Amino acid sequence: MAELKAEPTAGGRPRPISPHLQIYRPMLTMVMSIVHRITGAALYFGTLLLAWWLVSAASGPTAYANVEWFMGTLIGRVVLFGYTWSLLHHMLGGIRHLIWDTLHGLEPADREMLTIANLVGSIALTVVVWVVGYLAMGGPR
Amino acid sequence: MIGQRPNEMRTAARRVRGMGAARSGTTHFWHQRVTSVAGVLLTVALIVIVVALLGRSHAAVVQILGSPLVAIIMLLFILNSAYHMWIGMQEIILDYLHDDKFKFLSLLANTFFCVAVGLASAFAILKLSFGV
Repeated sequence: MAELKAEPTAGGRPRPISPHLQIYRPMLTMVMSIVHRITGAALYFGTLLLAWWLVSAASGPTAYANVEWFMGTLIGRVVLFGYTWSLLHHMLGGIRHLIWDTLHGLEPADREMLTIANLVGSIALTVVVWVVGYLAMGGPR
Repeated sequence: MIGQRPNEMRTAARRVRGMGAARSGTTHFWHQRVTSVAGVLLTVALIVIVVALLGRSHAAVVQILGSPLVAIIMLLFILNSAYHMWIGMQEIILDYLHDDKFKFLSLLANTFFCVAVGLASAFAILKLSFGV
């Protein structure tokens, strides 16, 4: 148990403190809870990629070639890979939360299982999508 | 919320109105769930469409993205996502930003961002469809 240190008030008595994040041992469910929010925020800005891709396709071949060039660079590939994983992780996390919304899967073993399935599923699906993607393009470029 | 309410700090009036920090009650909570169910289906469709378009020429991409079924799915995805991420980012802002001015400006920026990204994408899809 971590030591609580409170700022003393003018009267010398410490202020009451309520336990917060740093007091608790990190657990998978709580880490995945914040990861769900982080992937959501990442997708928020990642939607710019989708908008850029669509607007460039509507603008013409030159603009579209620029997007294709960027997505082909190492940075572009990393960003796109991160977007794919965030999207799939957030989607599976959403399904997990929808299951919990129905009051199912809330027992300790069940919620751990759902959380692990979320993580393993998102990584596995990301790899599958990228393998299929590279096959569709006829090999890595 | 069944049974007694321990450590209730809100006034009776605030409790009766049932409004949270967003001043809109449970509307956003429910809409976030509705758009998440739609989002699961639309995300699967989006990934299939994007993978199918990988490595194709600009002319082929324009033709496929502009075809009615694909365009409708893309429109649904982008508009559903824009609303879902607007609610989500508002929740993040309300959770972490407590300075009234900064909070207000962030909420404003959130609305501008989501409307701009959503409409720009929607316009692009419609332009590809109608071929103007």
